[in-house]
Amino acid sequence: MKKWSLLTLVGADQTAIVAAVTRVLAEADCELGETSMMRMGGSFAMMLRVRHENQDLAALLKDVCDRLSLHLHIDDDVDSSNAAIEPDVNITVYGADRSGIVAEVTSKLADAGLNIIDLETALAGTKDKPIYIMTIEGQARQGVDALTKAAESISDGVELNIIPIQTLRA
Amino acid sequence: MAVLEIIHYPDDRLKQASDTVTLFDQSLKDFLVDLEETRLSGPGAVGIAAPQVGVAKRIAIVDLTELKKPVDNHGHLLMINPEITQWQGMEKGREGCLSVPDFTGNVIRAEKITIRFQNSEAQWAEFETRGYEARAIQHEIDHLDGMLFLDRLVSRRADLFQRKVYKK
Repeated sequence: MKKWSLLTLVGADQTAIVAAVTRVLAEADCELGETSMMRMGGSFAMMLRVRHENQDLAALLKDVCDRLSLHLHIDDDVDSSNAAIEPDVNITVYGADRSGIVAEVTSKLADAGLNIIDLETALAGTKDKPIYIMTIEGQARQGVDALTKAAESISDGVELNIIPIQTLRA
Repeated sequence: MAVLEIIHYPDDRLKQASDTVTLFDQSLKDFLVDLEETRLSGPGAVGIAAPQVGVAKRIAIVDLTELKKPVDNHGHLLMINPEITQWQGMEKGREGCLSVPDFTGNVIRAEKITIRFQNSEAQWAEFETRGYEARAIQHEIDHLDGMLFLDRLVSRRADLFQRKVYKK
Protein backbone atom coordinates (compact mmCIF):
# COMPACT_ATOMS: atom_id res chain seq x y z
CA MET A 1 0.00 0.00 0.00
CA LYS A 2 1.58 3.26 -1.10
CA LYS A 3 1.48 6.27 1.17
CA TRP A 4 2.11 9.98 0.89
CA SER A 5 4.81 11.79 2.85
CA LEU A 6 5.67 15.47 2.90
CA LEU A 7 9.38 16.20 2.66
CA THR A 8 10.90 19.54 3.59
CA LEU A 9 14.54 20.13 2.61
CA VAL A 10 16.46 23.34 3.27
CA GLY A 11 20.09 24.26 2.66
CA ALA A 12 22.43 26.89 1.28
CA ASP A 13 21.44 27.63 -2.31
CA GLN A 14 23.60 26.02 -4.97
CA THR A 15 23.11 24.79 -8.51
CA ALA A 16 21.31 21.49 -9.16
CA ILE A 17 19.85 20.78 -5.71
CA VAL A 18 16.48 19.95 -7.25
CA ALA A 19 18.04 17.63 -9.81
CA ALA A 20 20.08 15.79 -7.17
CA VAL A 21 17.20 15.24 -4.74
CA THR A 22 14.55 14.30 -7.30
CA ARG A 23 16.97 11.94 -9.07
CA VAL A 24 17.37 9.90 -5.87
CA LEU A 25 13.60 9.80 -5.38
CA ALA A 26 12.95 8.82 -8.99
CA GLU A 27 15.47 6.00 -8.93
CA ALA A 28 13.74 4.61 -5.83
CA ASP A 29 10.34 4.71 -7.62
CA CYS A 30 8.98 7.47 -5.41
CA GLU A 31 6.33 9.53 -7.19
CA LEU A 32 6.08 13.29 -6.80
CA GLY A 33 2.78 15.08 -6.20
CA GLU A 34 2.51 18.80 -5.46
CA THR A 35 5.82 20.48 -4.82
CA SER A 36 6.92 23.99 -4.01
CA MET A 37 10.56 24.99 -4.20
CA MET A 38 12.19 28.38 -4.09
CA ARG A 39 15.23 30.39 -3.22
CA MET A 40 14.69 32.32 0.02
CA GLY A 41 17.50 34.66 0.93
CA GLY A 42 20.68 32.63 0.43
CA SER A 43 18.89 29.37 1.13
CA PHE A 44 16.95 27.03 -1.07
CA ALA A 45 13.78 25.52 0.39
CA MET A 46 11.93 22.55 -1.07
CA MET A 47 8.63 20.99 -0.03
CA LEU A 48 7.59 17.86 -1.88
CA ARG A 49 4.68 15.49 -1.51
CA VAL A 50 6.02 12.04 -2.29
CA ARG A 51 4.10 8.80 -2.81
CA HIS A 52 6.07 5.67 -1.98
CA GLU A 53 5.96 2.05 -0.80
CA ASN A 54 6.53 2.85 2.85
CA GLN A 55 10.25 3.35 2.28
CA ASP A 56 12.75 4.79 4.74
CA LEU A 57 13.04 8.16 3.02
CA ALA A 58 15.55 9.50 5.55
CA ALA A 59 17.95 6.63 4.76
CA LEU A 60 17.29 6.99 1.05
CA LEU A 61 18.16 10.71 1.06
CA LYS A 62 20.99 10.58 3.60
CA ASP A 63 23.84 10.68 1.06
CA VAL A 64 22.46 13.52 -1.00
CA CYS A 65 21.58 15.54 2.12
CA ASP A 66 25.10 15.07 3.51
CA ARG A 67 26.73 16.00 0.22
CA LEU A 68 24.62 19.17 -0.26
CA SER A 69 24.29 20.04 3.46
CA LEU A 70 20.50 19.91 3.37
CA HIS A 71 18.29 19.64 6.44
CA LEU A 72 15.55 17.09 5.92
CA HIS A 73 12.23 16.88 7.71
CA ILE A 74 9.64 14.20 6.97
CA ASP A 75 5.93 14.27 7.79
CA ASP A 76 3.72 11.35 7.04
CA ASP A 77 0.89 13.05 5.24
CA VAL A 78 -2.39 12.55 7.05
CA ASP A 79 -4.47 13.82 4.12
CA SER A 80 -3.87 11.70 1.03
CA SER A 81 -6.25 13.68 -1.18
CA ASN A 82 -4.51 15.26 -4.12
CA ALA A 83 -7.34 17.65 -4.93
CA ALA A 84 -6.32 21.28 -4.84
CA ILE A 85 -8.57 23.80 -3.10
CA GLU A 86 -9.64 26.56 -5.47
CA PRO A 87 -8.86 30.14 -4.48
CA ASP A 88 -11.64 32.65 -5.01
CA VAL A 89 -9.84 35.79 -3.90
CA ASN A 90 -6.48 37.39 -4.62
CA ILE A 91 -5.07 39.91 -2.16
CA THR A 92 -2.02 42.08 -2.55
CA VAL A 93 -0.65 44.08 0.35
CA TYR A 94 2.21 46.55 0.41
CA GLY A 95 3.55 49.37 2.46
CA ALA A 96 6.55 50.91 4.16
CA ASP A 97 8.21 48.08 6.03
CA ARG A 98 7.61 47.81 9.75
CA SER A 99 7.20 44.90 12.11
CA GLY A 100 3.82 43.25 12.39
CA ILE A 101 2.32 43.84 8.93
CA VAL A 102 1.76 40.15 8.19
CA ALA A 103 0.41 39.48 11.69
CA GLU A 104 -2.03 42.38 11.57
CA VAL A 105 -3.30 41.76 8.05
CA THR A 106 -3.67 37.99 8.34
CA SER A 107 -5.34 38.20 11.78
CA LYS A 108 -7.95 40.68 10.62
CA LEU A 109 -8.60 38.81 7.39
CA ALA A 110 -8.78 35.46 9.21
CA ASP A 111 -11.45 36.89 11.50
CA ALA A 112 -13.39 37.85 8.35
CA GLY A 113 -13.25 34.30 6.99
CA LEU A 114 -10.07 34.21 4.91
CA ASN A 115 -8.57 30.75 4.44
CA ILE A 116 -5.07 31.24 3.02
CA ILE A 117 -4.08 28.79 0.28
CA ASP A 118 -0.91 30.49 -0.84
CA LEU A 119 1.04 33.41 0.57
CA GLU A 120 4.31 35.01 -0.46
CA THR A 121 6.07 38.03 0.89
CA ALA A 122 9.09 39.99 -0.21
CA LEU A 123 11.16 42.87 1.06
CA ALA A 124 11.94 45.53 -1.55
CA GLY A 125 12.63 49.26 -1.86
CA THR A 126 15.81 51.02 -0.82
CA LYS A 127 17.89 50.41 2.26
CA ASP A 128 16.66 53.54 4.07
CA LYS A 129 13.08 53.16 2.87
CA PRO A 130 12.32 49.46 2.66
CA ILE A 131 8.86 48.34 1.59
CA TYR A 132 7.10 45.09 2.34
CA ILE A 133 5.05 43.28 -0.30
CA MET A 134 2.69 40.35 0.20
CA THR A 135 0.50 38.39 -2.20
CA ILE A 136 -2.18 36.01 -0.99
CA GLU A 137 -4.48 33.61 -2.77
CA GLY A 138 -7.26 32.22 -0.63
CA GLN A 139 -10.86 31.39 -0.04
CA ALA A 140 -13.18 34.07 1.25
CA ARG A 141 -15.39 31.82 3.35
CA GLN A 142 -17.62 34.70 4.47
CA GLY A 143 -17.50 36.39 1.07
CA VAL A 144 -15.21 39.02 -0.41
CA ASP A 145 -17.26 41.89 1.05
CA ALA A 146 -16.43 40.69 4.57
CA LEU A 147 -12.72 40.89 3.70
CA THR A 148 -13.08 44.35 2.20
CA LYS A 149 -14.85 45.52 5.35
CA ALA A 150 -12.17 44.00 7.58
CA ALA A 151 -9.48 45.69 5.50
CA GLU A 152 -10.87 49.11 6.46
CA SER A 153 -9.62 48.61 10.02
CA ILE A 154 -6.05 47.87 8.94
CA SER A 155 -3.59 50.59 9.92
CA ASP A 156 -2.80 53.51 7.64
CA GLY A 157 0.24 53.09 5.44
CA VAL A 158 -0.65 49.55 4.39
CA GLU A 159 -2.21 49.31 0.94
CA LEU A 160 -4.56 46.40 0.27
CA ASN A 161 -6.11 45.29 -2.99
CA ILE A 162 -8.72 42.58 -2.67
CA ILE A 163 -9.82 41.15 -5.99
CA PRO A 164 -12.27 38.27 -6.49
CA ILE A 165 -10.97 35.45 -8.68
CA GLN A 166 -13.61 34.31 -11.14
CA THR A 167 -12.14 31.13 -12.58
CA LEU A 168 -13.01 30.63 -16.24
CA ARG A 169 -14.10 27.09 -17.06
CA ALA A 170 -14.16 26.35 -20.73
CA MET B 1 -29.10 15.22 -29.97
CA ALA B 2 -26.28 13.70 -28.02
CA VAL B 3 -23.73 14.51 -25.38
CA LEU B 4 -20.36 13.95 -27.01
CA GLU B 5 -17.31 12.60 -25.26
CA ILE B 6 -14.90 15.29 -24.02
CA ILE B 7 -11.34 14.31 -24.81
CA HIS B 8 -8.60 15.04 -22.30
CA TYR B 9 -4.98 16.05 -22.64
CA PRO B 10 -2.61 14.20 -23.46
CA ASP B 11 -4.85 13.23 -26.38
CA ASP B 12 -2.89 14.49 -29.44
CA ARG B 13 -6.01 15.82 -31.10
CA LEU B 14 -6.03 18.72 -28.64
CA LYS B 15 -2.64 19.86 -29.94
CA GLN B 16 -3.62 20.00 -33.63
CA ALA B 17 -4.84 23.03 -35.52
CA SER B 18 -8.41 22.74 -36.79
CA ASP B 19 -9.71 23.18 -40.36
CA THR B 20 -11.80 26.08 -41.62
CA VAL B 21 -15.49 25.25 -42.01
CA THR B 22 -16.61 25.56 -45.65
CA LEU B 23 -19.82 23.57 -45.70
CA PHE B 24 -22.73 25.27 -43.88
CA ASP B 25 -25.25 22.44 -44.04
CA GLN B 26 -27.66 20.63 -41.74
CA SER B 27 -24.92 18.41 -40.32
CA LEU B 28 -23.13 21.54 -39.08
CA LYS B 29 -26.33 22.65 -37.30
CA ASP B 30 -26.76 19.20 -35.81
CA PHE B 31 -23.19 19.27 -34.56
CA LEU B 32 -23.72 22.68 -32.94
CA VAL B 33 -26.69 21.28 -31.02
CA ASP B 34 -24.62 18.34 -29.80
CA LEU B 35 -21.67 20.56 -28.90
CA GLU B 36 -23.94 22.85 -26.87
CA GLU B 37 -25.51 19.90 -25.11
CA THR B 38 -22.03 18.64 -24.29
CA ARG B 39 -21.01 22.05 -22.87
CA LEU B 40 -24.09 22.14 -20.67
CA SER B 41 -23.47 18.62 -19.38
CA GLY B 42 -20.11 19.67 -17.97
CA PRO B 43 -19.46 21.45 -14.68
CA GLY B 44 -20.35 25.08 -15.37
CA ALA B 45 -18.37 25.51 -18.58
CA VAL B 46 -18.78 28.92 -20.24
CA GLY B 47 -17.33 27.68 -23.50
CA ILE B 48 -16.43 24.68 -25.59
CA ALA B 49 -14.56 24.17 -28.85
CA ALA B 50 -14.98 21.39 -31.43
CA PRO B 51 -11.48 19.92 -30.87
CA GLN B 52 -12.53 19.15 -27.27
CA VAL B 53 -14.88 16.52 -28.68
CA GLY B 54 -12.28 15.33 -31.19
CA VAL B 55 -13.63 17.30 -34.18
CA ALA B 56 -10.89 19.30 -35.93
CA LYS B 57 -13.11 22.12 -37.21
CA ARG B 58 -13.03 25.82 -36.38
CA ILE B 59 -16.21 25.87 -34.29
CA ALA B 60 -16.68 27.14 -30.74
CA ILE B 61 -19.42 28.17 -28.35
CA VAL B 62 -19.12 30.86 -25.66
CA ASP B 63 -21.97 31.79 -23.32
CA LEU B 64 -21.58 34.06 -20.31
CA THR B 65 -25.27 34.73 -19.83
CA GLU B 66 -25.73 32.27 -16.96
CA LEU B 67 -22.93 33.24 -14.58
CA LYS B 68 -23.61 33.56 -10.86
CA LYS B 69 -21.66 36.84 -10.88
CA PRO B 70 -22.95 38.55 -14.03
CA VAL B 71 -20.47 40.04 -16.51
CA ASP B 72 -20.91 42.10 -19.68
CA ASN B 73 -21.49 39.81 -22.64
CA HIS B 74 -22.84 39.57 -26.18
CA GLY B 75 -25.25 36.72 -25.47
CA HIS B 76 -24.98 33.12 -26.53
CA LEU B 77 -22.26 32.94 -29.19
CA LEU B 78 -22.05 30.16 -31.77
CA MET B 79 -18.82 30.94 -33.55
CA ILE B 80 -17.71 29.39 -36.81
CA ASN B 81 -14.32 30.29 -38.24
CA PRO B 82 -13.71 32.89 -35.51
CA GLU B 83 -10.77 35.26 -35.86
CA ILE B 84 -9.41 37.89 -33.53
CA THR B 85 -8.52 40.96 -35.57
CA GLN B 86 -7.35 43.30 -32.79
CA TRP B 87 -5.88 42.85 -29.36
CA GLN B 88 -5.39 45.44 -26.62
CA GLY B 89 -4.10 45.38 -23.06
CA MET B 90 -3.13 42.45 -20.88
CA GLU B 91 -4.77 40.93 -17.87
CA LYS B 92 -4.10 37.96 -15.63
CA GLY B 93 -6.93 35.57 -14.79
CA ARG B 94 -7.49 32.06 -13.57
CA GLU B 95 -8.64 29.41 -16.03
CA GLY B 96 -9.58 25.79 -16.09
CA CYS B 97 -10.51 23.54 -18.99
CA LEU B 98 -12.87 20.61 -19.55
CA SER B 99 -9.97 18.89 -21.32
CA VAL B 100 -7.59 19.32 -18.36
CA PRO B 101 -9.50 18.08 -15.31
CA ASP B 102 -8.53 19.03 -11.75
CA PHE B 103 -6.23 21.93 -12.52
CA THR B 104 -6.62 25.68 -12.75
CA GLY B 105 -3.87 28.19 -13.38
CA ASN B 106 -3.12 31.81 -14.13
CA VAL B 107 -3.02 32.92 -17.74
CA ILE B 108 -2.38 36.32 -19.34
CA ARG B 109 -4.90 37.30 -22.02
CA ALA B 110 -5.63 40.43 -24.01
CA GLU B 111 -8.06 42.61 -22.07
CA LYS B 112 -9.93 43.82 -25.14
CA ILE B 113 -10.32 42.14 -28.53
CA THR B 114 -12.17 42.57 -31.79
CA ILE B 115 -13.67 39.29 -32.94
CA ARG B 116 -15.25 38.25 -36.24
CA PHE B 117 -16.93 34.93 -36.96
CA GLN B 118 -19.62 33.28 -39.05
CA ASN B 119 -22.93 31.92 -37.83
CA SER B 120 -24.47 28.64 -38.98
CA GLU B 121 -25.86 30.46 -42.06
CA ALA B 122 -22.33 31.57 -43.00
CA GLN B 123 -23.09 35.24 -42.19
CA TRP B 124 -20.25 37.23 -40.67
CA ALA B 125 -20.54 39.22 -37.44
CA GLU B 126 -17.90 41.43 -35.86
CA PHE B 127 -17.72 43.22 -32.51
CA GLU B 128 -15.43 44.39 -29.78
CA THR B 129 -15.49 42.74 -26.39
CA ARG B 130 -13.45 42.87 -23.21
CA GLY B 131 -12.75 41.26 -19.88
CA TYR B 132 -14.23 37.90 -19.07
CA GLU B 133 -15.96 37.37 -22.41
CA ALA B 134 -12.77 38.30 -24.28
CA ARG B 135 -10.89 35.80 -22.11
CA ALA B 136 -13.37 33.00 -22.85
CA ILE B 137 -13.20 33.67 -26.60
CA GLN B 138 -9.38 33.65 -26.56
CA HIS B 139 -9.41 30.37 -24.61
CA GLU B 140 -11.70 28.77 -27.23
CA ILE B 141 -9.82 30.11 -30.27
CA ASP B 142 -6.64 28.70 -28.75
CA HIS B 143 -8.28 25.25 -28.93
CA LEU B 144 -8.85 25.79 -32.66
CA ASP B 145 -5.13 26.51 -33.03
CA GLY B 146 -4.07 23.44 -31.03
CA MET B 147 -3.18 25.44 -27.93
CA LEU B 148 -4.19 24.78 -24.34
CA PHE B 149 -4.18 27.21 -21.41
CA LEU B 150 -1.30 25.07 -20.15
CA ASP B 151 0.76 26.59 -22.98
CA ARG B 152 0.24 30.04 -21.48
CA LEU B 153 0.60 29.50 -17.73
CA VAL B 154 2.37 32.23 -15.79
CA SER B 155 3.77 32.15 -12.30
CA ARG B 156 2.29 34.30 -9.55
CA ARG B 157 5.57 36.14 -9.23
CA ALA B 158 5.61 37.24 -12.85
CA ASP B 159 3.14 40.08 -12.49
CA LEU B 160 2.90 41.14 -8.91
CA PHE B 161 1.20 44.46 -9.46
CA GLN B 162 -0.85 43.82 -12.52
CA ARG B 163 -4.17 45.29 -11.54
CA LYS B 164 -7.53 45.00 -13.12
CA VAL B 165 -9.15 48.39 -13.28
CA TYR B 166 -12.54 48.49 -14.95
CA LYS B 167 -13.74 51.87 -16.09
CA LYS B 168 -16.95 52.25 -17.95
